[in-house]
Amino acid sequence: MPARRAAIEPAQLRSACESARARNERLVALWGSDETARSGGFALHLALAGRSGLAWLTVALAREHPRYPGIADIFPSANRMQRAAYDLVGIHAQDSPDHRKWLRHRAWPGGSFPLRKDFDLASRFPASDDRYPYVKVEGEGVHEIPVGPVHAGTIEPGHFRFSIVGEKILRLEERLGYKHKGIEKRFESMTLADGARLAGRISGDSTVAFAWAYAMAAEGASSTQPPRRALVLRAILLEIERIANHLGDLGYLGNDVALAFGFYQFWRLKEDLLRLCAELFGHRYLMDFVVPGGVARDLSSRGAERLLERLASIQTEVASLRSIYDEHAGAQDRFIMTGQVTPELADRLGLCGMAGRASGIGRDLRVDYPVPPYEQLDVRIATQTRGDVAARAAVRFDEFAESLRLIRALVARLEPGEIKVPLATAAGGRCGIGWTEGWRGDVLVALETADGGRIHRLHPHDPSWQNWPLLERAVMGNIVPDFPLINKSFNLSYSGHDL
Amino acid sequence: MYQLLKQIAKTGIVTEPAPHADEALRQLAQRLSEVVLRHFGRALAIRHVDAGSCNGCELEIHAANSPYYNLEGLGIKFVASPRHADLLLVTGPVARNMEQALRRTYDATPEPKLVVAIGDCGCDGGVFGESYASCGRVGNVIPVDVAVPGCPPAPAAILQGILTAVSAGAQGFR
Repeated sequence: MPARRAAIEPAQLRSACESARARNERLVALWGSDETARSGGFALHLALAGRSGLAWLTVALAREHPRYPGIADIFPSANRMQRAAYDLVGIHAQDSPDHRKWLRHRAWPGGSFPLRKDFDLASRFPASDDRYPYVKVEGEGVHEIPVGPVHAGTIEPGHFRFSIVGEKILRLEERLGYKHKGIEKRFESMTLADGARLAGRISGDSTVAFAWAYAMAAEGASSTQPPRRALVLRAILLEIERIANHLGDLGYLGNDVALAFGFYQFWRLKEDLLRLCAELFGHRYLMDFVVPGGVARDLSSRGAERLLERLASIQTEVASLRSIYDEHAGAQDRFIMTGQVTPELADRLGLCGMAGRASGIGRDLRVDYPVPPYEQLDVRIATQTRGDVAARAAVRFDEFAESLRLIRALVARLEPGEIKVPLATAAGGRCGIGWTEGWRGDVLVALETADGGRIHRLHPHDPSWQNWPLLERAVMGNIVPDFPLINKSFNLSYSGHDL
Repeated sequence: MYQLLKQIAKTGIVTEPAPHADEALRQLAQRLSEVVLRHFGRALAIRHVDAGSCNGCELEIHAANSPYYNLEGLGIKFVASPRHADLLLVTGPVARNMEQALRRTYDATPEPKLVVAIGDCGCDGGVFGESYASCGRVGNVIPVDVAVPGCPPAPAAILQGILTAVSAGAQGFR
């Protein structure tokens, strides 16, 4: 992974971000850490994606009143990350217009910071006050619809506050963090080897993307080189994960426009794939397959043949289903121009991943920074410019086809060899970065080791952080009944965001 | 329309036989009477609550709605409100940030009611365990009738847990 690390002064932070923005670089993640044992203070970390790769910038902050100049005016997606970094580490973004809490609800009180080293993982607090100042929309005929955290469908929990006039959505405000379950703190009680299982459960639907990013970070920190065959197998699984999720979402997009036929057809195909995965890889969703040092199981040549046969039959059916979707006037009427994010807005606010590609943001790690085995595959990026539900459906269809092509090419490149090497012992104070293009977008894992092969700090970043704020924009002016459809067309992770 | 009908005809019926109840999954003795269970067994309304899962269990609940399992054919229906529900299907370790919402959802579900906890996290807290942010297993927050292990449990196992919850169990009436 092309990545470099640099330390900068707080005074340089804004100018570094401004010049990065001017070079069309994007903010991938922002997080904090407690470095009192090492340097006597705290640290702010930023991951920026530039033309030549990833830059991991670290800003040392004082022990007393740790603060830094906020950057949410330069990178709007930084707003929620800055608030989360305050809730968890207690580092303060100055001159930021929004200092409301974000991940902290009732579990711990203000003034306590779970990711500080003097905070015990097993701490218990009486449920604290959880008032949250939503932005109030006023005017004649405006009313609010509060939805969640428990939703009407089988969905993860979050709160949506709609301000509406008639049927039209004037404004949506999200509140997330309900699923915060202390993942980052738990990592700090783990060894690099143990952490893999937890990494695969940060967002269950992206288990391969996270487990691979985790393995990449652990391998980087310990200078372990996984065997080539393991890398090819990882890529095959990452593409299967993309296909499985896209099939499921395409089914739900049909379901949400009253085309139950689409749901049943796509979920039948998805189930066929999941069942084969259970046979070939030991898990329907491929959990615990990618491990630091390689992969946990091999794929036989007969297994690979069965995979290609199954995918070929799914491909034939998806081709007919695509033409049925395309020609279904009712479905297209609901899809087209619904939940639109224009390319200009997407660029300004930092929309990324699959949803970004549907709004003309032509970025894909597999294309931009192809790590082995992608460097041999010449991945074709799928983009649309309309940025509506129809565009997000079309990108899924195109990516489904491309992933199939990639799997065929990868199987052809599967040469005999080892599938796993032991993970070398990492000394304390080493760092590693993992960065993969999951089905939803780019997943980042930034790691710093402690002595004894343990984790000092691990920050996993799901692309949903960037894309949740864009959902608020996408629904504006749409009717309330289209919200489930628009939401599903993004299908963002709550768990991966709430950590 | 012709293509759509052709696809339906070509697919045919793919539904598989439902699993049998498994008493080993039961946490609490069956609390409901034969009369209630007879009604539940024909028209069971389920409200799903994600109390803090990784979303893996949700994938399998979605998959349980695929035509392979035909839940509605068994009289099982997912409903939009706990007030319409007979059974809560709860996933995840219970995040402390979701503890109150889960209790309120339980309280809003009319008696008689059942709770099925789904997945290793629902059974014992799973990889997330108990911490400042997680209450651990579902049973730490609300009474659980049946718990289905697995990470995540496959659709047939989820279905089996639901069917166990509405079977007479060790009481043996029916």
